[in-house]
Amino acid sequence: MFEPILDIRNISKSFGALRASDDVSLTLHPGEIHALIGPNGAGKSTLIRQIVGEYRHDAGEIWFAGQEIGALDAPARARLGLARTFQVSSILAEFSVLQNVVMAVQGASGKIFRFFRPALGDPALTEPARAHIDHAGLQGRESVTAADLSHGERRKLEIAMALALSPRAFLLDEPMAGMGPEGSKQLTEILRELKQQAPILLIEHDMDAVFALADRVSVLVYGRIIATGTVAEIRANPEVQTAYLGDDAA
Amino acid sequence: MTRERIVNAFLWLALLVVPLAAAQMGQPYIVSLATKVVILALAATGLNLALGLGGMVSFGHAAFFGVGGYAAGILMNHATTGAALPFGLSGTNQMIALWLAALVASGLAALVIGALSLRTSGVYFIMITLAFAQMFYYFAISWPAYGGEDGLSLFVRSQFLGVNTFDPLNFFLICFALLSLALLLSATLARSRFGIALQATRQNPQRVEALGIRPYRLRLTAFVISGMITGLAGALYADLNRFVSPAMLDWHLSGEIIVFVILGGMGRLMGPIAGAALFIVMEHKLGGISEYWKALLGLLLLGVVLFARGGIIGLLAGKLRHV
Repeated sequence: MFEPILDIRNISKSFGALRASDDVSLTLHPGEIHALIGPNGAGKSTLIRQIVGEYRHDAGEIWFAGQEIGALDAPARARLGLARTFQVSSILAEFSVLQNVVMAVQGASGKIFRFFRPALGDPALTEPARAHIDHAGLQGRESVTAADLSHGERRKLEIAMALALSPRAFLLDEPMAGMGPEGSKQLTEILRELKQQAPILLIEHDMDAVFALADRVSVLVYGRIIATGTVAEIRANPEVQTAYLGDDAA
Repeated sequence: MTRERIVNAFLWLALLVVPLAAAQMGQPYIVSLATKVVILALAATGLNLALGLGGMVSFGHAAFFGVGGYAAGILMNHATTGAALPFGLSGTNQMIALWLAALVASGLAALVIGALSLRTSGVYFIMITLAFAQMFYYFAISWPAYGGEDGLSLFVRSQFLGVNTFDPLNFFLICFALLSLALLLSATLARSRFGIALQATRQNPQRVEALGIRPYRLRLTAFVISGMITGLAGALYADLNRFVSPAMLDWHLSGEIIVFVILGGMGRLMGPIAGAALFIVMEHKLGGISEYWKALLGLLLLGVVLFARGGIIGLLAGKLRHV
């Protein structure tokens, strides 16, 4: 097996008496989609926020690309190549689609303190941005104000921004949330393609998408990982069935 | 964008043509009123960078206006008296040197105030910027060397190359040229990588961090540039009135600069100009009728905040477009 790109070792996080992450270990390997599932309140988003550096974990280690990143802040981790999308779409609402993605390309370039040349007149920014927009399935929508996008288009915009970071790993927090069946199907295809760029840690409620996409699945319940395995193993796991999947998914 | 450009060009031309015509018709008072509009618009153009583009509600920009004013005033005072200054500096009444002094002094003040204030946000940021400005205010009041509470009268107008700066129209044109430069700088900055990132930070700082960018340094840089432009306006204001006083540092002035920006249209290039012009015209026309004219201003401001967030420019040119 390859070295994991992301290696979470025994991290814990408490909010007062609530143990949001309880000795969680998780790996993400090159070329895979690792889905993280679990009931509401299991601590999935809290885990993501510790990985990207919005929260500090209380104990344990987070290794990314061969480096312990536990002491780095969120922008530093993003620059190392951790690209995330948000559970609730997090876009620059007043900007056009193109400006949103240009902004992401800028972030990846690290060259922000340039004061004179118009950013939108700089092919070094706009050309990659347009390519990412096409890749995420938003071609033709470049000049639309992000606030006017449909829900599904916003999720795609987030993916275009994540692509712009030329990431070494994607952390996608419920990309299918609120999408209709048609949109989910389309996004499933996009994620399958995304996986060619970098491995994906996928938090998702949409079981059809998870079972269609995931190479491995981990189940998080009350802050603990109760099982990790292939889709078939997870479906067959009796502990998972009682804790989470319920009878209808069995 | 095209419509906004037409509105902008019209406002810019009007601000130039009115005093030119007034000077032709022998109305120097109108010329100095227009000069006051230009200088206050310059101060507000500075704030617009921090407030409009960066979303930083500074309630302390009078500090930079006053620091710029005092920097110029003190140098001019020493040029008259011939008294020595520390650090081997001497007084001067050359405008270019005074502007540089005002830019440096207000830039340093903005660096210190910004570095500390920008660690907070929201209402705390507003209060800390206010508190800093009030510190400068009380310092100026209690510093007798330069007039203390009474302020400092300047007995000459400073010189600019070979121009007769006592001619109101000439002085107006100098101020107008500086305002135009500041507008050019603002427009350029707003479209640059830096400006895009700054506006992104205003809209969604969490998103910006996830893109690998720390908002703090962006905001601090914008805050310093913003303070310097407002400081330059302070130096011009000192020259216009041939007087500097603690009133230039007072929180009333911080509030008025915010009013110019909001009235004209936050984040709109010519918003500060429209806002300052309307304010001064109202003060001039209505102030003569009743000293309670600001009640009317209050109503107007209420209307803008409730119904016309884009201010005057928003009403004239429609919604802000970014592409």
